[in-house]
Amino acid sequence: MSVIERNVMDQSQQDAWRGFNKGKWTNHVDTKNFIDENINPYLGNESFLAGPTQNTNDLWKIVSQLSKEERERGGVWDVDVNTPGSITSHGPGYLDKDKEQIVGVQTDEPFKRSIQPYGGIRMVIDACKAYGFEVPQSIVDTFTNIRKTHNQGVFDAYTAEIRAARKSGIVTGLPDAYGRGRIIGDYRRVALYGVDFLMKQKQKEHDETIGEGMDESTIRLREEISEQYRALNELKQMAAAHGMDISKPAQNAKEAFQWLYFGYLAAVKEQNGAAMSLGRVSSFLDIYIQRDLQEGTLTEEQAQELVDHFVMKLRIVKFLRTPDYNELFSGDPTWVTESIGGMAVDGTTRVTKSSFRFLHTLYNLGPAPEPNLTVLWSEKLPEGFKKYCAKVSIETSSIQYENDDLMRPFYGDDYGIACCVSAMRIGKQMQFFGARANLAKTLLYAINGGKDEKSGAQVGPEFPAITSEYLDYDEVIARYKPMMQWLSKVYMDALNIIHYMHDKYSYERIEMALHDRDILRTMACGIAGLSVAADSLSAIKYAKVKPIRNEQGIAVDFEIEGDFPCYGNNDDRVDQIAVELVETFMGMIRQHKTYREAVPTQSVLTITSNVVYGKKTGTTPDGRKAGEPFAPGANPMHGRDKKGALASLSSVAKLPYEHSLDGISNTFSIVPKALGKEEEIRKANLVAMLDGYFGSDAHHLNVNVFDREQLIDAMDHPENYPQLTIRVSGYAVNFIKLTREQQLDVINRTFHNAM
Amino acid sequence: MIMVTGRVHSLETFGTVDGPGIRFVLFMQGCLMKCQYCHNPDTWNLDGGKVMQLEEVLAEIEPYLNYYRSSGGGLTVSGGEPTLQAPFVKALFKAVKERWNLHTTLDSNGYNDGEKIHELLEVTDLVMLDLKHINNEKHKKLTGVSNERTLKLAQWLSDHDRKMWIRHVFVPGIHDAEEDLIALGEFIGTLKGVEKFEILPYHQMGIYKWQSLGRIYPLDGVPSPTDEEVERAYRLIEQGRRQATCV
Repeated sequence: MSVIERNVMDQSQQDAWRGFNKGKWTNHVDTKNFIDENINPYLGNESFLAGPTQNTNDLWKIVSQLSKEERERGGVWDVDVNTPGSITSHGPGYLDKDKEQIVGVQTDEPFKRSIQPYGGIRMVIDACKAYGFEVPQSIVDTFTNIRKTHNQGVFDAYTAEIRAARKSGIVTGLPDAYGRGRIIGDYRRVALYGVDFLMKQKQKEHDETIGEGMDESTIRLREEISEQYRALNELKQMAAAHGMDISKPAQNAKEAFQWLYFGYLAAVKEQNGAAMSLGRVSSFLDIYIQRDLQEGTLTEEQAQELVDHFVMKLRIVKFLRTPDYNELFSGDPTWVTESIGGMAVDGTTRVTKSSFRFLHTLYNLGPAPEPNLTVLWSEKLPEGFKKYCAKVSIETSSIQYENDDLMRPFYGDDYGIACCVSAMRIGKQMQFFGARANLAKTLLYAINGGKDEKSGAQVGPEFPAITSEYLDYDEVIARYKPMMQWLSKVYMDALNIIHYMHDKYSYERIEMALHDRDILRTMACGIAGLSVAADSLSAIKYAKVKPIRNEQGIAVDFEIEGDFPCYGNNDDRVDQIAVELVETFMGMIRQHKTYREAVPTQSVLTITSNVVYGKKTGTTPDGRKAGEPFAPGANPMHGRDKKGALASLSSVAKLPYEHSLDGISNTFSIVPKALGKEEEIRKANLVAMLDGYFGSDAHHLNVNVFDREQLIDAMDHPENYPQLTIRVSGYAVNFIKLTREQQLDVINRTFHNAM
Repeated sequence: MIMVTGRVHSLETFGTVDGPGIRFVLFMQGCLMKCQYCHNPDTWNLDGGKVMQLEEVLAEIEPYLNYYRSSGGGLTVSGGEPTLQAPFVKALFKAVKERWNLHTTLDSNGYNDGEKIHELLEVTDLVMLDLKHINNEKHKKLTGVSNERTLKLAQWLSDHDRKMWIRHVFVPGIHDAEEDLIALGEFIGTLKGVEKFEILPYHQMGIYKWQSLGRIYPLDGVPSPTDEEVERAYRLIEQGRRQATCV
């Protein structure tokens, strides 16, 4: 004991850690242990919350004005085309320096986007062009001829088969031209330890790699740790440019927010990752707030102001992306996902007053899609918090729920959600994001002998096509499985190439600097079109399905005679088909070698790409016409769930989480009065619904509470709805930023109605 | 034993407005009233719907018992007019009580005889009585039948100490006469066991069903009532109610 005690705690630490309970965390990086030792669980209700300060209102006015200007300028306010973004690329920028408690934006002006060409220069050129900007030739040359990009690396290695699969849309959304994202740095470490401590740790890790000899993985690791070390140094410089020294730990709540935010800001300055999630910071920061409140140096109004100003910054994270990309991930999302609540392994709650304060920003600043507020739901959450969540859902539609009781056994009690539904231990685990494979289209390939039903090209292997007049279930399954097997291989090949190249050419050095040295990596595959595939197989099995073939012999339409059970009605005849599809494909994914020995996982999640996937898929045997959108994520096809919300939820809850560890997304829309007539009853009913749904081992639920009429009005009068937020497949978007096609898709989805 | 079957129009696993808590709502097929504002005219036909056995219906309810119990909800049978299939509904209510001790609610237009269906009412915890119009002439015009039986059933429930909620759809131009609203309040004021009185503001959401059935929608162009109109109606009904109870 005495040996350890002697060499820790210099003066700055003693000051910064005053009043905290000591533990393992004092000697080495262990944020979870710090939280375990110091958290202040809160079991009450929302009555303590404070409204916005004058400064908050003034600053939000500036943000609203800039947002309006951004819309008027076609979606992008300004681009600095001359300076590739990095941690130190741009000097400080402010909304109104005197009023901001928390400072720092990605470039030297808020809303001005930078270019981030390491993922791929083509994407930058196209994005600039689409919004009326031009990248200087010198930068194009540098990232074409001198500095190779991730995108170039990937296409050097892609096979003809992968390229064909990508083109036909049987796999789509691969992060081969843009940043993969979905890596969560433990940004809390910056506040708790200060950067010097973290650098020392990295130095030590670097030294500890020497013993094993210089094989490829050790060399890569040494190079990566050096990059991490350098990034930490730049992080200090970036803070210094704002007049702050973050080499030492944060001394109070304001510094804790600011230090943590600097860590996050460094990440989003350098990486245009698809999802740049924040982690699980609110109850960590609460410890600092609580100490300041006790010391009498902070009031509740000031505490809320810190949260509001921090969240305001998270709301204005901006990336430069192409309109193509927006078709996949609509509404300019950044997935600054913050996970709130949940329970600790020891049975106490992780809910603190700051869990409320973060949700309360939806009132102080109005509803918004970002940060992506994600409540980790447990049956054991304090009642006051459950009710408050229900209230916020009903009034803002801005939060999503994920099942903490289901995830905790896998990830412990210090995990966060990356992007929409992907859980990972913070600072100890990362994922290789893998978009998704199209199971509905694969079924058509099985029927058509590997020929694409739209182009007629031979994309899949040339297996014999089905030629019978009516489709026979057993024959279809016998053809479907080898086609899925083929797909899983092509898909995994592509992902291995992508992540090899991403590590090599666009390494996330600051995010990884805020991880342990030895981490768990997952290869996060995914599937789209689950409900379409399941209903199609159900139609083949329980009704009579007759393919209509074109002159090439490709089935381009289907005649269905008779009724068949549809996924979404809690009917095992079809629900078990969906379950089997999930298990079968996961089993196939597991058979392949993965880059860096990543553990294969899969998600049932489409984000908004269900529209694009639908576009690229011909008519399917369930009666869905060519080009029509799929249901999002694991949702039943809209209009086919006929027995009400609970039956629909029960079908989704059957999908096995252990075979979709990257998450199972379900988006639920209900009109307010279908939840009950009075506010208290609505809250109670929503809480009971969530308890019941998650009690049956379901994973995720987006909750939207609004009237269809309101959305139709917002389509026609976007100017009246600048902050209308809705939840789509795992994240929230600003409704008026969706493409018209996606708006219609949302409006056509099943609304659970009260008649 | 005779197999008990019912004609079912549809079912809803997550009902929150037809009785307390979260409820399973079973919509029975068939109705003898032809209300002009009906938003489910497809439930009228006595021969339509799907014939279901009692056990089939019970199997549809069972997966969700947790939701119904934890929210203080239960089973509501609506329609159509459920009392037209009283033996089936009685058997269903009896079964859910015996097996799961579930709360039962009957959502009825009251167009039946209390004595004739008293066995069903024995196993009904709450009757939600739809009173379409207090004025018999207007009732006939609106629904095609007299309101006598409904008023009598309300009296029967009151006489037999039954709990009821009275509901009244409010259509502008049909329900806004002051004397009617006061008379309605007076009638309610004479009843015992009325736990709740609700005005359901008319909406046009049923119009597409009329169109798809090839029927002409009689209330085409009639707007939903404003909040002020609804408040006025509540006020007048309350006034009538107080007059009645003061007597």
